[in-house]
Amino acid sequence: MGAACAFYASRAGLQVTVLERAAVASGTTGAGEGNLLLSDKAAGPELDLALRSAELWTSLGSELGGEAFELERKGGVVVAGSAGGLAALHAFAAEQRAAGVQSELLDADQLRDAEPHLSPALAGGAFYPGDMQVQPALAAAALLAAARAAGAEVRTGVQVFGTEVASGRLTGVRTSAGVMAADYVVNAAGTWGGEVSAWLGGELPILPRRGFVLVTEPLPRVIRHKVYSADYVANVASDHAGLELSPVVEGTRSGTVLIGASRERVGFDTSISIPVVRRLAAQAVELFPVLAGVNLMRVYAGLRPYCPDHLPVIGRDPRLPGLLHACGHEGAGIGLAPATGELIADLITGRLAGVDPAPFAPDRLIGAAA
Amino acid sequence: MTAFRFDGRPVAFTEGQTIGAALIQAGSYSWRVTRRHGTRRGLFCGIGVCFDCLVEVDGLPNQRACLVAAADGMTVSTQTGTGHDDLAC
Repeated sequence: MGAACAFYASRAGLQVTVLERAAVASGTTGAGEGNLLLSDKAAGPELDLALRSAELWTSLGSELGGEAFELERKGGVVVAGSAGGLAALHAFAAEQRAAGVQSELLDADQLRDAEPHLSPALAGGAFYPGDMQVQPALAAAALLAAARAAGAEVRTGVQVFGTEVASGRLTGVRTSAGVMAADYVVNAAGTWGGEVSAWLGGELPILPRRGFVLVTEPLPRVIRHKVYSADYVANVASDHAGLELSPVVEGTRSGTVLIGASRERVGFDTSISIPVVRRLAAQAVELFPVLAGVNLMRVYAGLRPYCPDHLPVIGRDPRLPGLLHACGHEGAGIGLAPATGELIADLITGRLAGVDPAPFAPDRLIGAAA
Repeated sequence: MTAFRFDGRPVAFTEGQTIGAALIQAGSYSWRVTRRHGTRRGLFCGIGVCFDCLVEVDGLPNQRACLVAAADGMTVSTQTGTGHDDLAC
């Protein structure tokens, strides 16, 4: 997220310094799968941001060389287990289509043509050709390299822990490398955006939601798209604090198959839970029985930065002029990053924004800090 | 003497030794080629992390030679590709 903000702000002619407390993609970005999804978003402001981001990722791919960060127009297949579930999925897809998301409805036979290894027990699904993928750490590095080429400075191993304020306006940040002057400071700290927002004097209620990704041994092309159950959409939107599981399975260019998705609100605990891993594996096998004979190589945990209303926080903090936020994108950060970065640059320069910034304004969360 | 067969040849081992250790002792330092570039691989990390030393053991692909204990009469063979090439679609 910080890399995208730096890229678009540098391109807009602003002088940018990126302050990263550890290494590039060492936090939220590096723990993700790199999905750029339209399929899982209901019509509304987040989908508008995702559609703009999809355009921007496509142009970034041509401009920066998408090969370098594994940009792939992979396509998404959403599946339903029952006739009722399929009807609900098709109604959801119809609303998305009205908002500009392409999709094709698939009956059970068409589903098997799209993904031959899928369980024959499924009722049908929907294919979303606009779902894409990047390798997130490489994408962040490519954006930062392009930002540097446009004049930005990238400093790793520098932690921000406070602000400099004069006459009620932010004038800089205090960091482990000393005080740095700035007219604007953007909080793009991902899962740690809540903590950083407090250090910066504009506290926001951003909390971690843990997920695991299971990685199989490399396979030939066995799973062609990102495939997930229609239940996933309901889980993403849910406010439940306990464990929520829905199968998400996808093949990658390198051959490994990635399996998710679990959502748990357990603070910043990133320890691996074997019972959850077991259930994720079982769900994946239910969707793709062929995976029963495939080994897992590893499992990793990540934290999604989520806001109570499941919308990211993008915009100026009314409590402290000069402070802006670009965080709380939950599991969709990499997908929403370019449009967020563009919006941040537009808000600073006063250019007319492509996406309406009002639904993302921090104002809605002020007073609700956790 | 206890031994397993590696690509048809007998390889002696001592009780508790892994397949990888026994292969090294028998003078075999690489037994797999990479999927893309065909370069040779054997033991690298030796502790089950890097997945470089894969072999097929009794018909099961992708076994880490550094972790699987050798057993008398076991059939070990060189693995080509992912070991799952039959699943391609």
